[in-house]
Amino acid sequence: MSPAIDIAFNLNGRTVQTRVAPAMTTLEMLRENFGLTGAKLACGEGECGACTVRIDGRTINSCLMFAADCDGREVQTIEGLASVGSLEVVQQAFVDFGAIQCGYCMPGMIMQARYIVDRHAGSGGELTRDDIARGLEGNVCRCSGYTKVVDAVAAVVLGEAG
Amino acid sequence: MSVQELNTVFAKETFIGKRVTKPDAPDKATGRTVYINDMVVPRMLYGKILHSGRTHAKIVSVDTSAARALPGVHVVLTGEDIPELRFGPTRDNVPLKAGKVRCIRDEIAAVAAETEAIAEHAIELIKVEYEDLPAVFSPSEALREGAPVVHDDHPNNLSLHYEFSHGDVEAAERDSDIVVEHRFEVPYVTHCCMGPGCVIADFDTAGRLTIWSQTQYPYNFRMDLAPALGIHPGDIRVIQPPVGGAFGSKLDVYPFEPVCALLSRAAGRPVKLTFSREEEFINSPTRQPVEFRIRSGVNMDGALTFRRVDALLNNGAYTSWGPTTPVIQMRTFTGHFRVPAVEYHAQAVYTNSVYAGSFRGYGNVQATFVTASVMDMLAEEVGMDPIAFRLRNAQSSGEVTPQGSVLDDCRLAECIETAAEKTDFLRKHAEYAQARTRPGRIRRGIGIATSIHNAGGAKIHKSDGCGTILKLDDYARATLITGASEIGQGIDAVLTQIVMEELGIPKEDVTIVNNDTALGPWDVGVHASRTTFIAGNSALRAAKAARQQILNAAAKQSNVSASEMDLRAGHVVQADNGVAIVRLDRLLRQMHFAEEPELVMVSDYYEPNSVPEDRNHFGNLSAAWAHAAYVAEVEVDTETGEVRVLKMTAVQDVGRVINRLGIEGQIEGGISVSLGYALSEQLKMREGRVMNPSFRDYKVFTAPETPEIEIHFIESDCSEGPMGAKGIAELPAIVPAPAVANAVYNATGIRFFAPPLTPEKVARAIHEAGQPAAD
Repeated sequence: MSPAIDIAFNLNGRTVQTRVAPAMTTLEMLRENFGLTGAKLACGEGECGACTVRIDGRTINSCLMFAADCDGREVQTIEGLASVGSLEVVQQAFVDFGAIQCGYCMPGMIMQARYIVDRHAGSGGELTRDDIARGLEGNVCRCSGYTKVVDAVAAVVLGEAG
Repeated sequence: MSVQELNTVFAKETFIGKRVTKPDAPDKATGRTVYINDMVVPRMLYGKILHSGRTHAKIVSVDTSAARALPGVHVVLTGEDIPELRFGPTRDNVPLKAGKVRCIRDEIAAVAAETEAIAEHAIELIKVEYEDLPAVFSPSEALREGAPVVHDDHPNNLSLHYEFSHGDVEAAERDSDIVVEHRFEVPYVTHCCMGPGCVIADFDTAGRLTIWSQTQYPYNFRMDLAPALGIHPGDIRVIQPPVGGAFGSKLDVYPFEPVCALLSRAAGRPVKLTFSREEEFINSPTRQPVEFRIRSGVNMDGALTFRRVDALLNNGAYTSWGPTTPVIQMRTFTGHFRVPAVEYHAQAVYTNSVYAGSFRGYGNVQATFVTASVMDMLAEEVGMDPIAFRLRNAQSSGEVTPQGSVLDDCRLAECIETAAEKTDFLRKHAEYAQARTRPGRIRRGIGIATSIHNAGGAKIHKSDGCGTILKLDDYARATLITGASEIGQGIDAVLTQIVMEELGIPKEDVTIVNNDTALGPWDVGVHASRTTFIAGNSALRAAKAARQQILNAAAKQSNVSASEMDLRAGHVVQADNGVAIVRLDRLLRQMHFAEEPELVMVSDYYEPNSVPEDRNHFGNLSAAWAHAAYVAEVEVDTETGEVRVLKMTAVQDVGRVINRLGIEGQIEGGISVSLGYALSEQLKMREGRVMNPSFRDYKVFTAPETPEIEIHFIESDCSEGPMGAKGIAELPAIVPAPAVANAVYNATGIRFFAPPLTPEKVARAIHEAGQPAAD
């Protein structure tokens, strides 16, 4: 057995410490060490986006990132998006626009959507439906057909869902 | 009662046709929902299966000694360790194979261990010696004399066959002005459920099994699983945690499920078994691939004269629902448009390929790709446009198809006319066809496709029913226990709306329970576009009974009769002016704690008036039928062969919209899957092996490829449907693909007979047709 690694990082606003195996992925660590099962394992090779979380603000496929590399970083998962007992604006829009059917891809999809909205907020430019759709290209959904997902994100961008 | 309450007036409010959000959506949006894949059961072990990876071979020996010796391994099982437990629709499958391998999926051995990693390692330590046998992969080769035999008890490799004939086809062919013959081939595609295959099994000390399953047909799942374990169906309890998609893939028992249960029984512990994505691509059922030969006749006046269809189905090594899809294929070939003489013949042939199950659209996806393409070709033969030709042959209300589908309120013509009008079809179709000869790299095209589908269930079992138990507590909170499963499609919202509508209580006060066979009343399962129709009717009847019980009790203590009362906003009110009579929760407590106490607790079992087919495939299989017309507008890059869908217009007879959000979601999601079928999706097989078992190489549609979608509902107000609704969820996955193929023809003049229309296929066809890109 290879030696375990002790790491410390910020997880959803709290400082945490944990011990991980060198080959453990960030997704495995979140699910197994912290019980955060929002991010899903659906392909394990970075092709579907169901495991999307944010590291230092950027979205990543947590199935491809070693857990040890979270040391000293800021990690945000779907569980950390809204304050307790509430829905964050993107989450609420996904609910209101009917974007969620089986919902398995949605934690990843919503994290990516939040990232698209955040990135746009600083740009001052226009964000079209095509821009939103391109931003969601890495997130596969087999139920919704994406239309209501894009509707939801577009509404957040326009401030309608706020 | 307070004076203030008596003076309150509640206006009639309806919840039907509104945009009602799914009750489970907030938990799904916040990551709180615990899917089966997320579940951990105390004392749980992890299971793993060794799949053969061979297509046809004798199993000479299996050495499990090293796996058994690995620390952390609890159980290792092979086919030799268990009796031959046959299961499946034709009883040709077993959980673990002994003696012989028939396809790459074959389950040779299985392990239960402390961790998934140990289980995987143990699998690697199992040594199997095989002796390869000559294998056969195509159904036509498998039918040849001397072909390798897949199952010894089927020496000719014939698994299933279907025959139907109506009218004098010979005479009709002889008398037709034009007779054409075409061949089509539709591919293997797979569901790509985002939640990979997963099951948790736990035998108790009395030998009863609790199985946490992704199944979408929990009640018959017990019946089908029992023979694979050699136990009584009554000893199986199925619990259904939330699942990551199903789409028909969980409508049968597949070997990993009994294997997991056998591991649990041997280990005396719960066992969880999960597929990796690669295992999911290889081992989960596919849609049925079919080779079609279709002869069709038409007269110069535009009337269809006959259809003669031969369907050859690759059964693969074992039989799941794929080879039974002719039952529904047939309904479309015989019943879509007025065809006076029709003959359908299908054979499913055993090969050493993987095997197919059911997949949203069940046979009609394949049949509609053919019929919708042929309709366009025949229209051109007789010099008519695609709209006029279809209208010429569309049935009217009251007609009965050759197989006995009763089209009591037929909206086919209305669907076609609406689709044509909303898309300016005829002008564009003529313009794009003319533009073909002009230079230019990008060509535009527009295409229409139509189909018919069962919209009131499908009586393929003895019963097509669904049961409901509805109760109200002392606080006017309703719990609806239904047999109908929720797999993401949104029956939870629809049933909630029905309860809200009948009982006048808010959404938050309705709880749907439908995840445990020990609690729920029987239901066939989520398939055949049936759940809103069947479970909706049962829920509606239960809610009406509860409503009547409440109003009768209210009438007893007031001077207003039950028929003059209504339930609104948590109150019993006077129906004419909305003035409150009594608060509902107060009335329920009065009823409960009265001298002659009563609880509001009703049950219902709804059986639709459909009938099973007779031996000749005749009978009104569904309590309602529905049509749809979809129009695709595309752009074809003649240099790269890339087809871009710019817009899809959906026109569908939905009976009546119950949940506008849900129904739009079903249509949009169905279109996405159908566009994948048309343009990008194919499980590539080479000599029985899956060549592209990953999302990198198997291309599902993503957000940027998604076209603009315009939806027009035809609300025919179905007399049998709940609130007038029909089942709707499969037609959106059926009709778009051939609309795209017809649009590509309109753009390029090239007819494609084998989806998907990938860029390489389209570019090659354009090149071969001598239409190199201009400019």
